[in-house]
Amino acid sequence: MSAPASVPTALAAGCASCHECGLLCRLASHAPGAALRCPRCGAEIHGRKPRSLERTWALLLAAAICYVPANVLPVMSVTSVGRTQSDTILSGVVYFVQHGDWPLAVVIFTASVFVPVLKIVILAYLALSVQRGSRWRPAERTRLYRITEAVGRWSMVDIYVVTILVALVRLGALATIQPELGAVFFGAVVVITMLAAESFDPRLIWDRAEGT
Amino acid sequence: MSREPWMACHHCDALHRRVELPEGATARCRRCGGVLRQRRRDALQRTSALAVAAAILFVVANVFPFLAFDMQGRTTQTTLASGVLALRAGGYVELAALVLFTTILAPGFQIALLLWLLLPLRWGRVPRRVPEAFRLLRRVQPWSMMEVFLLGILVAIVKLSGMAQVVPGIALWSFVLLMVALAGAVSSFDGHELWDRVEALR
Repeated sequence: MSAPASVPTALAAGCASCHECGLLCRLASHAPGAALRCPRCGAEIHGRKPRSLERTWALLLAAAICYVPANVLPVMSVTSVGRTQSDTILSGVVYFVQHGDWPLAVVIFTASVFVPVLKIVILAYLALSVQRGSRWRPAERTRLYRITEAVGRWSMVDIYVVTILVALVRLGALATIQPELGAVFFGAVVVITMLAAESFDPRLIWDRAEGT
Repeated sequence: MSREPWMACHHCDALHRRVELPEGATARCRRCGGVLRQRRRDALQRTSALAVAAAILFVVANVFPFLAFDMQGRTTQTTLASGVLALRAGGYVELAALVLFTTILAPGFQIALLLWLLLPLRWGRVPRRVPEAFRLLRRVQPWSMMEVFLLGILVAIVKLSGMAQVVPGIALWSFVLLMVALAGAVSSFDGHELWDRVEALR
């Protein structure tokens, strides 16, 4: 696969696009050391997100660590007439499968198990590909990043399910549902992977791909 | 500060000449295919109307219970806030804060900031503190998760239906409409147009 034809970039022209409002600003016009702010919206301007790869790796590592207790520990416990049963994310999926609720089983499995792993793997791959100076299919890798950034929020669905169940099923001895520690780790995985996706700068893919 | 006749793609940094984009058109980056700008028809009218609708629905969705649960003659019901309080009572303040932020605070701020920015512009006035309001809106947007919460309600209904009777409350329908209004407002909001209008009025 040959490298795409060279296209002029903002950075090569000594400019940077404001991440918030999109205004193109000259990088040279500010004193070294001082933070450059967008003259229109006041956001900090960077040619590239600062320490993007370091931040992405650190957050990915944290997310991967939290992913284990998020799946091993129960996210809630159901107490009904004296019997207590703990539910993990996976046992929630199994519950739907046993009741023949395939569409919901697929939705929950995708949102809660598959998407977080996929996000961590894809972001790690993208960061690695940038570090190794890969020139392979930059447009597809950029699209992969956009998809990763867009789907991550849907993993939050299990946190909301726990919230609603805990709020509704509080009938004392008859039936009570309690949140459990796993839910905290699970929420952490969702938030941390969202921050990791935000720290990664897809423009780095193109910097290396075009050898600038 | 002079305006450059150029803009850069957010995804790959390729430079593009700024051109007048017709309403209803989408400009894409010629290198990576990312969206440079999407211009909806009557974006300002449409976005501000949807934001007003979202504000009303947001109040209804928060005041009334969205689900009730009936087990052997005993009924419990829940609003957004009581869900948050139940998590806190269960000893999980972090979870309560996360749910509070993503389902009440972030959507609330999002709606309020859209109104703050767009309503004055509709009447030809410059909103106050545009830069701060604009940046805050951009900051809270990714954390407003109404549509994900709606999926959560659906899953919870199915889960509970095996245990007892679940009764949808008035707020449930407000949630559905709120999600539609918010998603519409977000997709028709055009930051470039906002700044063009603000600069034209100054």
